[in-house]
Amino acid sequence: MRASLASPPSRSAPKPTLDREELLRYGRHLLLPEVAIDGQRTLKAARVLIVGAGGLGSPAALYLAAAGVGTLGLVDFDIVEITNLQRQLLHGTRDVGRLKLDSARDRLHDTNPNVKLELHATRLTSDNALTIIRDYDLVLDGTDNFATRYLVNDACVLLGKPNVYGSIFRFDGQASVFATADGPCYRCIYPEPPPPGLVPSCAEGGVLGVLPGLVGTLQATEAIKLMLGIGTPLIGRLLLVNALDAQFRSVNVRRNPLCPACGTRELRELVDYEQFCATSGGEAAGLDAVPQIEPRELAIRRASGEAIQLIDVREPHEWEIGRIEGARLIPLHRLGGAIPELDAQAPIAVYCKGGTRSALAVRDLLSAGFRRVWSVSGGILRWSREVDAGVPEY
Amino acid sequence: MPLTISLPSILARLADGNRALDASGATVAEAVADVTRRFPSLAPRLVDEHGEPYPFVTYYLNDEDIRFAGGFGATVRDGDELTIVSAVAGG
Repeated sequence: MRASLASPPSRSAPKPTLDREELLRYGRHLLLPEVAIDGQRTLKAARVLIVGAGGLGSPAALYLAAAGVGTLGLVDFDIVEITNLQRQLLHGTRDVGRLKLDSARDRLHDTNPNVKLELHATRLTSDNALTIIRDYDLVLDGTDNFATRYLVNDACVLLGKPNVYGSIFRFDGQASVFATADGPCYRCIYPEPPPPGLVPSCAEGGVLGVLPGLVGTLQATEAIKLMLGIGTPLIGRLLLVNALDAQFRSVNVRRNPLCPACGTRELRELVDYEQFCATSGGEAAGLDAVPQIEPRELAIRRASGEAIQLIDVREPHEWEIGRIEGARLIPLHRLGGAIPELDAQAPIAVYCKGGTRSALAVRDLLSAGFRRVWSVSGGILRWSREVDAGVPEY
Repeated sequence: MPLTISLPSILARLADGNRALDASGATVAEAVADVTRRFPSLAPRLVDEHGEPYPFVTYYLNDEDIRFAGGFGATVRDGDELTIVSAVAGG
């Protein structure tokens, strides 16, 4: 299926010419008949928006800048943290604490000073998405949450902009091209997001640092193919990347005639995506209603001699990093089998890394008849920051 | 020869780390039931309380989305491959 960049904003003016420095810089592209001077001028005229300057956005932005895409828009509002550096190559150690867009600007300018950068230091929302995306030829989705992914998808469908999609978790990646004239969109594959807490984030579940390099580079490749109108883009195919087994394979995806975005087109405007993702899956996971205990309160009550059972529902390899003294390790997926061993009358505090898995555990314990049970708010990370700095963060 | 079910890593840990499982059954639903019998932890991640597929987990039978080919009632044959893909949002 061929790409469609029907009337991109960049085509309203004649293609720019290349100067001597650019001819030299892009010499290896100019040797490719599929690119050549005309294609390189097309790239120079192009306008690409990258949503998220993180794991996926880093390699994508670097390669698109190096390739000579004339205008790169970046949307991000985050600060560089040291935990980003394992995979987010736009940012370096000296950038910790800076706005990601500031370090991205410096890095990309060094990569190719010919590229015009448009920095959108904001969260992409239903209020600003159409305005921001409208001025670009295509969008590269490098976001890290379901709400923004549905937002990017719907905005791209409404505006007719191709959405070059990528997502990652642990050792698995996915990539595709959505929202082209005849192809499917993200909602055709995933009509609804998982309920909150069911699918861990990379912060909870981890990700191989190289994986966003693979998938973000694939996204940059697809974007360049779309701009140049060459090759066979990932339209109607979902590429599955398995880093552990070194397997790349694709499955076929179709436009769903009942898709409210690209099928029936009943979705005529952007919606509240936080709400959409909070209430999906029929019954919201009910995590908001789970009883919580603050780390400091838990520490005080334990210090005063209250016999609170402390259960760690993380995985054994996380337990090895650090733990709260006196805790018992029962990984979440083994909790069901361990419930008969627990004293349902005694108070129980459950913790994990950040508070999501413990909330799921508490919900299960409540369903099993436990009454005095809490999830430790903010997990071991908050415990480390507020109670015991000797417990390492990760 | 049974069919093969491929799991993403997010689900493989619930199947003793297996990314590929042999399964038997005449339909997709029967094949899925076969593996959830052997790995009960998988069940709530593959099907809802009514035994139906979730909208955020997609099943591809020989690379085709089963929603366009009979859904869980789709017939499977020996040697078929059922690929299960779960929505992930990391970036």
